[in-house]
Amino acid sequence: MPDRNLTGQDAAKEDILLEVKHLKKYFPVRTGFIRKTDLKAVDDVSFSIRRGETLGIVGESGCGKTTLGRTVLRLTEPTDGDIIYEGQSIIGKDMKEYRRKMQIVFQDPYASLDPRKTVSDIIGEAIDITKSASGKEERREKILQLMQLVGLNPEFYNRFPHEFSGGQRQRIGIARALAIDPGFIVCDEPVSALDVSIQAQIVNMLEELQETRKLTYLFIAHDLAVVKHISTRIGVMYLGHMVELTYSAQLYRHPLHPYTQMLLSAIPIANPDISAVRKRIRLEGELPSPLNPPSGCPFRTRCPRCTSQCCEDTPSLREVEPGHFVACHNCG
Amino acid sequence: MQTIRYIVKRIGLAVISLFAIVTITFFLMNLLPGDPFMSEKATAENRAILVAKYGLDQPVYIQYGRYLKNLLKGDMGTSYVLQKGRPVATIIFESFATSMQLGVRALVLAIVLGVSLGSIAGLRKDKPSDGVIRVLSSIGISMPGYVIASALMIVLAVNLKVLPVTYNKPGGWIMPMITLAMYPTCYLIRLTRASILEVMNQDYLTTERAKGMSEFIVVFVHALKNSLIPVITYLGPLTASILTGGFVAETVFNVPGLGRYFVSSISSRDYTVIMGVTVFYSSLIVMMNLLCDILYKIVDPRITLE
Amino acid sequence: MKVSALSLQNKISPEDFAPLGSDHFRDEKLETEEIGYWKASWRRLKKNRIAMFALIVILILLVFAFIGPVLSPYTYDQQVRGDEGLWPCMAHPFGTDRLGRDILVRCMIGTRISMAVGIVSAVIVMIVGSIYGAISGLAGGKVDIFMMRLVDIIYSVPEILLIVVIKMIISEPLQNLIDNTPSLKGLQRIGPGLIAIFVVYGLLYWVGMARIVRGQILQLKNMEYVTAAQALGCSKGRLIREHLLPNCIGQLIATVMLQIPSAIFTEAFLSYLGIGVSAPMASLGSLASEALNGITSYPYRVIFPAVLISLIILSFNLFGDGLRDALDPKMKKA
Repeated sequence: MPDRNLTGQDAAKEDILLEVKHLKKYFPVRTGFIRKTDLKAVDDVSFSIRRGETLGIVGESGCGKTTLGRTVLRLTEPTDGDIIYEGQSIIGKDMKEYRRKMQIVFQDPYASLDPRKTVSDIIGEAIDITKSASGKEERREKILQLMQLVGLNPEFYNRFPHEFSGGQRQRIGIARALAIDPGFIVCDEPVSALDVSIQAQIVNMLEELQETRKLTYLFIAHDLAVVKHISTRIGVMYLGHMVELTYSAQLYRHPLHPYTQMLLSAIPIANPDISAVRKRIRLEGELPSPLNPPSGCPFRTRCPRCTSQCCEDTPSLREVEPGHFVACHNCG
Repeated sequence: MQTIRYIVKRIGLAVISLFAIVTITFFLMNLLPGDPFMSEKATAENRAILVAKYGLDQPVYIQYGRYLKNLLKGDMGTSYVLQKGRPVATIIFESFATSMQLGVRALVLAIVLGVSLGSIAGLRKDKPSDGVIRVLSSIGISMPGYVIASALMIVLAVNLKVLPVTYNKPGGWIMPMITLAMYPTCYLIRLTRASILEVMNQDYLTTERAKGMSEFIVVFVHALKNSLIPVITYLGPLTASILTGGFVAETVFNVPGLGRYFVSSISSRDYTVIMGVTVFYSSLIVMMNLLCDILYKIVDPRITLE
Repeated sequence: MKVSALSLQNKISPEDFAPLGSDHFRDEKLETEEIGYWKASWRRLKKNRIAMFALIVILILLVFAFIGPVLSPYTYDQQVRGDEGLWPCMAHPFGTDRLGRDILVRCMIGTRISMAVGIVSAVIVMIVGSIYGAISGLAGGKVDIFMMRLVDIIYSVPEILLIVVIKMIISEPLQNLIDNTPSLKGLQRIGPGLIAIFVVYGLLYWVGMARIVRGQILQLKNMEYVTAAQALGCSKGRLIREHLLPNCIGQLIATVMLQIPSAIFTEAFLSYLGIGVSAPMASLGSLASEALNGITSYPYRVIFPAVLISLIILSFNLFGDGLRDALDPKMKKA
């Protein structure tokens, strides 16, 4: 598959910030007495993100989306494939330089903050590591600014994480990621662990920050409603593969891959009149074990449109409409 | 599959451990200054004959090879000093029979008392009975064997005169048994209590109660069974503790067991005996640990060898 | 909008969804006061009356052991003529032994030995164990597997037996070394038995500690805040210094505290068997052992050292339990 197919147009014209090519991440797992099998958490995933946009990634738990997020930042080393940031491959490079440009916000606001550190030390760690403050006073000033930015009371400067609520903790986590002024942030299910009432606050804040600080997000979630709200484009993952990738509105209006169709039909609709007439597509069968994925198309065991071709060839992403990619033999 | 894999690994580890212990003991004993005949009033000539007779003049690796080969045949050499000329294996075999009689009694006492008192304390948390048991077990766990032995002697044998001081009189086994059982009993009380408290808070017991099960069934059918699983892991160290505890108990109460024999072999520098007993005890402890781990794995397949 | 008379829905209006002012957080207050980890732990510890009582007993015992002998008119090896075999009296509160040595001062010295052995052994165990465990946990992979297998093997060696054997081996060379090296004269008094204990603690006893530290490191390594620090470009050294160490130090200290009574136990056991300290130096174990032959006529000679050693171990055990609960509330046994 030619790489320019992913965008349909010239990469330079599109102002691509990050490009991921055929990324693979396998974990060896012992399955027998001596035998080891690779768990293909991310298997041949390619996409690109334009400067200033938000690419949403959705999928069931265990589909490899968290691994994808961490591998893109090389927090786990990719097994194969290439990651290109601002036109330069970051594979095999010293990550020091890129750590200042690419950041991550975590899912669990309880596990992601060091319980022995104060808020100021957590947010200030990036400043300490990059030595970007000239003195104590400047460091304090910067930290207070960041706290202000994410809506934290400056009086909490010397408090410990366990004293805060989940939403406040997530704000601390976001302030930490922003401290070195990155261009790109992986948001790894940043609101999944929060109360619904708090989710909106955090998502809105992320959107505001994106605008004011010219940020680019890779936004991972399993909640389709949140992803739809924040994303420019959305990629759907299934068993380590990217099965569909298109603009947010397009995905919701006109999903092509049978898996996407099923996911969308599972969203509860708050209006009983629409809900009653809507055709609900049931997802049949169990999610196959990633240790023993089906041959050919990963989705074929649960797919209503499965043909003999699906059992043999693994479909690759192809552009069926401008900007709409799908990995399926039988649609589009 | 997982279980078999674990057991095979565990046995392999035990074999390596045994080999390591045998090797370490052999070379450590070889580092000892002089030879075992130094203390004898023998002429240099006679000593040379003795040294040659036991092959002590040959290179170390040959001695080591011979030692390993003999060990596999159950031959640990003969005693040089204490019971000159008698095979070490025979000495160990005879005196261990006595130690085992005592040890098994202590083991049974420790398990019965420890588990039952620990269960009572755990089930009656914060009641007076729990408090008393906790205080007593804290004190008991802090007393070295000889302290217990001395206390028993002063109270039961010297002041009350209800039990004889020496082992071979009727009832003579009671005091050494209590001495041996004290530490493991107290340890088991604490272990069982903690384990019961942990299990009692589990959601599945709340479910049982919510289903209307009587507290009796909840406790005896569900809670105890699961809380006793961790206790199994302690049975290995428990055996080790009773074996080494035997050193003190047997010496104080003059029990003709292996522990006392080991202590006197140290003071008389009877090398082959020291080596034989070390290897024998170590193997016993390694085996017991192996058995416990395998048992534990079968009862609770979740654990792994990490 | 039609609202049923029976509706349980709240009445809501569009204003309820208006965004809050940017300064709304000014009113946010935390109920808790500003307090650090150590201060909070100390507060928890202070509330534990048993642990505080044990701490006071330990302090009294320390004074007894390290200041007591200075105040006593006798020394531990002084044989007072005419005072042989005395029962406790005004001149000798704990009585004397058959050589006329004051048992009180000998018990003080014995307590000193026991506590010193406990603390030194615990420090050895902490240093060796935590370094080994940290390396194993941080390295991971094959290195980790190999190092942990080694630990498994060492774990299965019965250490008491090896202490006996090692003591026999190092006795003579050590004695020669001490005799020929003037700077090591101080070691002479404690004797090869104690040094054997330290050697074996350094060689064998650390495995439990290594396992605990490795477990902690493995657990911490997978915490998201460690990944976050890595994402910020945190170096390995900084990671250990700033994140891993501070987060396992509490458990480390608690484990070390509980190691002390175990070492004291071992020393008492060995001295009792006559392979601990060398005469005329006294340890609580050797005092009890010497006195056992005359237990029918002079029971006090056994009672004083026996009560002291039990008191030392008991107070260290209770204080260690309390400290563990205070430093690591998550570990607290209900």
